Amino acid sequence: MDLALNVLEIIENDPKIGISEIASLTGSLDEEIQDCINKLEMSGIIRKYKTVIDWDKVSGGFIYAIIEIKISLERETGYRVIADRISKFQEVRSVRLISGDHDVSLTVRGKSMKEVAFFVAEKIATLPQVRSTATHFVLKTYKEDGVLLREPEHAHRLSIVP
Amino acid sequence: MKRTRISDLVQSVPPSGIRRFFDLANQLPDAISLGVGEPDFVTPWHIREACIHALETGYTSYTTNQGLPELRGEISNAFHRDYSVDYDLNDEILVTTGVSEGIDLVVRSILNRGDEVIIAEPCYVSYKPTVVFAGGSPVTVAAKLEDDFRVTADHILEKITDKTRAIMINYPNNPTGATMTRKDLEEIADVAINHDLLIISDEIYDKLTYDGKHTCFASLNGMKENTIVFNGFSKSHAMTGLRVGYALGNSEIISAMTKIHQYTMLCAPITSQMAAIDALRNGDVEMGKMMREYDRRRHLIINGLNNIGLNCFWGKGAFYVFPSIASTGLTSKEFAERLLLEKGVAVVPGDVFGDSGAGFLRCSYATSRDDIKEALQRMEEFLAQIKHTVQYNVV
Repeated sequence: MDLALNVLEIIENDPKIGISEIASLTGSLDEEIQDCINKLEMSGIIRKYKTVIDWDKVSGGFIYAIIEIKISLERETGYRVIADRISKFQEVRSVRLISGDHDVSLTVRGKSMKEVAFFVAEKIATLPQVRSTATHFVLKTYKEDGVLLREPEHAHRLSIVP
Repeated sequence: MKRTRISDLVQSVPPSGIRRFFDLANQLPDAISLGVGEPDFVTPWHIREACIHALETGYTSYTTNQGLPELRGEISNAFHRDYSVDYDLNDEILVTTGVSEGIDLVVRSILNRGDEVIIAEPCYVSYKPTVVFAGGSPVTVAAKLEDDFRVTADHILEKITDKTRAIMINYPNNPTGATMTRKDLEEIADVAINHDLLIISDEIYDKLTYDGKHTCFASLNGMKENTIVFNGFSKSHAMTGLRVGYALGNSEIISAMTKIHQYTMLCAPITSQMAAIDALRNGDVEMGKMMREYDRRRHLIINGLNNIGLNCFWGKGAFYVFPSIASTGLTSKEFAERLLLEKGVAVVPGDVFGDSGAGFLRCSYATSRDDIKEALQRMEEFLAQIKHTVQYNVV
């Protein structure tokens, strides 16, 4: 297996893992792993090391909403310009161009439903290219970025099996 | 005195050496286990979903004895794609309740009383008893560390008599993790053809081959007719408890096996067969993920064992490693028993898998990386403890 792909698969699931441990898992030298990760970081393949947090369990945590937007494009500019503009708001967690009824989908985070609603009404809906918005508040997150937000299931195994 | 109701044949087979160990480990539920011969992954959800759907839509009946035609079709496609061997789904494929049933069927189909089967050891615990129950006589050939636990044609030749009917092999191997190259297998194929012997090839771990490529025995020149290949879904798709496997081979033997199967098992469970269809159609992505994770653990455990001073052969397949404990002066059973009782780590003594496994342990890496690291740590402590005791005794 390609070393870079192997390293990516390992650190995508465990960004806290040490260089030496990755080396021992892949049968490589520490320097080879360090070099590989440096290249992945410099080329922008690795953008950031992140943590998945179940904010529902934190008192005073966050409210999330998915906002679908219809865009009217101008002759000279594509989606990129409006997407860049929306992306710069710190409340906006993700921005995606999508197929279907709407053009762009956002994930917005705030401290309360009111805060999120006002943000959308004041900052997003008022942009000249935005024709309409549809706001869906997230009531409960069951799985986030591939991680189940509950206790994992285990194989029920006997302790010795031939 | 009341006479026993148990037959002489059954009495002649000793209980599995693993049994006693199993009972011991069961008394220590918190022990870390490197003793498990099955994946620690739960069956991928899409396969479990296929089971649920099968139940919901009323697939709860018998199937044809040979297994669902769709499943046999998928198996046939898979062997064409992976190994360029073509099996006719009508009479060259039998779906069984796991490989163990299949092995039982083939030896019962081909053996007359007193016929011999050459079995490469160390091997899975059921091979020899299965031959005995079929009225045959198992003849073992040791696969040795100096040959990277590959069984050699020369060693097989030494054991052939006019009663030999078959050679039973299992690569990638449980318990050693050894694999065979195409050339190794070709040499054994020559022996089989020259002496008109059937090859019984248990290839259940074929998809867990990490270095190099697995060669299906039946793909060798002229060997499709002389080989019964066994495989299944337990290891590749983490489906051990669903009990579904299959046998592939020439129609004469497959039909004899089907005859026994129809009178004893009737058919493999339909839910499991439906799951197996989904595993073959949609299971490659998850299988690849599991396989890559096993490979990482393989590096972790082999490097770890060698680092703590247990000489460990670099197995290239399955999910077992087979370190030598010769340097400790303990027997496999002593080592495994003390390690379990004193350090809470369960491994399986190598001689459970045959005499040639004496002086080794089977450690399974089908367990989490954290458990492997913790087990290695405890084994290191244990080794230091024994060393200390030995030195103390000398003084």
